[in-house]
Amino acid sequence: MDILGNLPQVLFSGLAAGSVYALVALAMVIIYRTTEVLNFAQGDMAMMSTYVGLGLLVAGGLPFFWAMLGALAFAAALGAFSEFAFLRRAKEPTVLGLIIITLGIEMIVFGFASWKWGGDPRDLPTPLSPADVVVIGGVIMSYLELATIAISATTISALFLFLNRSKAGLAMRATQQNRAVARLMGIRVRRVEMGAWALAAVIGGIAGLLVGPATTVEPYMMWDPMMKGFAAAVLGGMTSLAGAALGGAIIGIIENLFGFYVSTAFKSVVPFAAILLMLAIKPSGLLARHYVKKV
Amino acid sequence: MTSLLRVENVDTYYGLIQALRGASLEVQAGGIVALLGANGAGKTTLLKTVMGLLEDQPDKGEIFFDGQPIHGRETEDIARRGIAYVPEGREVFRELTVMENLKIGAYARRDAIGEDLEGIFRYFPRLLERRDQWAGTLSGGEQQMLAIGRALMSRPRLLLLDEPSLGLSPLLVQEIFDIVKSINTDGVTILLVEQNARMALSVASRALVMERGRFVLEGSAEEVAADPDVQEFYLGLATEESVKGFKRYRRKKRWR
Ligand SMILES: Nc1ncnc2c1ncn2[C@@H]1O[C@H](COP(=O)(O)OP(=O)(O)O)[C@@H](O)[C@H]1O
Ligand SMILES: [Mg+2]
Repeated sequence: MDILGNLPQVLFSGLAAGSVYALVALAMVIIYRTTEVLNFAQGDMAMMSTYVGLGLLVAGGLPFFWAMLGALAFAAALGAFSEFAFLRRAKEPTVLGLIIITLGIEMIVFGFASWKWGGDPRDLPTPLSPADVVVIGGVIMSYLELATIAISATTISALFLFLNRSKAGLAMRATQQNRAVARLMGIRVRRVEMGAWALAAVIGGIAGLLVGPATTVEPYMMWDPMMKGFAAAVLGGMTSLAGAALGGAIIGIIENLFGFYVSTAFKSVVPFAAILLMLAIKPSGLLARHYVKKV
Repeated sequence: MTSLLRVENVDTYYGLIQALRGASLEVQAGGIVALLGANGAGKTTLLKTVMGLLEDQPDKGEIFFDGQPIHGRETEDIARRGIAYVPEGREVFRELTVMENLKIGAYARRDAIGEDLEGIFRYFPRLLERRDQWAGTLSGGEQQMLAIGRALMSRPRLLLLDEPSLGLSPLLVQEIFDIVKSINTDGVTILLVEQNARMALSVASRALVMERGRFVLEGSAEEVAADPDVQEFYLGLATEESVKGFKRYRRKKRWR
């Protein structure tokens, strides 16, 4: 096999994987910036939304598009509910306390999914099968991978447009920067925070719906993407959206490079080695600006 | 005539520390009311209490805006009723542009804001030049202008200004006060907290003096400016009793 000739193929597969990590990372950054919580339930909330999509599609008999839309509506509700029912209840919360709460949500969601749907992996049928491919310049691209990259890119663009061009996005950024002053502007910050959780859950949910068809739907399905997504968020500096997106792509790519050229066995460890290195060299992350949060 | 803002016997605590002790004040619609007092007297606390920014405060007392009770309400709702607060230290959104800061000031409004923007750029032409810059990159004086402009974007009926002259050069202070005056002329009632008593009394119609959490003197700006204690402690005019007075003042401060 031609070692260098395979490089474009490896990069492409890495980008497809990385675009999912980018979505998870963005979801975590949105929540972290708005409510200063590391949401460790992000992945499993996405898993549950994917099960709901699968249920609507198979048991409910809805057309594919509507089933997926239903899954995302469920994701939004689950995100908003989690913020309202659990996070908001914490009075004068500490960082650690909030993390424990999200771990609690993760356990509830995971436990529920295991009990309700069992451990059997299921297929999420899509209009695209992994067998449909196109070959461009010697690189084999499955429709599913292409769709994954396209959907992620569209989601990320839409997110940036929302934050930078809409009134609600402006209110969200203002709340992130200075909550008390945002309230002085008449912004109902609790709604913004609930909205941020809903938004993040939808973005995470899209990641889940992209992971489902590529692997299988099972309670553990989001553990690996979740860890990689978290790693990507840290790599990007935790507060930078662009950094999170870039971090996701980088992790997907180096993971695939390592898996192809060195060893598949340690493929999953590599992103974390990259982060250790990153934290040692530039702890603020790839794109982190000097971001001072006023309390 | 009902007053625009009425604060009645308000007690505010920070934990066990009592910062307001039965503070009462009335602001009539129309003028500029200057609120004077030494550092730590409780001026900022009073404004924050009015805005509902201190959780579970006021502990006692009542606050009315335009005859309606607002104590215990959410800050968002108090702001939406028509009170804008320019906090001490400006507190612009540093990573929003100047334009975005102004737009967010009008967040609660649904009507067009073009005219308001024009008005603000007339008051502060420098903000127009810098409209696409991050607010964090502005100088202190420009940030103060932006904070005032942002507050005006909500079309408030009452504007609370907390030490707008803090840290600004004398020239800028003059500029800001001129504009504060014309904002008032344009119909906004202003409650002005200032360390710079001379400047505040020069633009105000009425004035109050606060000491250790309560009001100790109230009157027209002229009356307050003529008060011997005010002349000595706030305007720095030496009198014969200055040495004695200074000592008494120091002792009071230690008792706090
Ligand atoms: N966050 C706080 N925690 C505890 N005490 C405070 C706090 N803020 C102000 N104080 C106290 O309340 C009193 C009034 O403060 P403040 O309202 O800031 O005064 P002023 O604005 O007149 O300088 C002071 O004694 C101050 O030390
Ligand atoms: Mg103060």
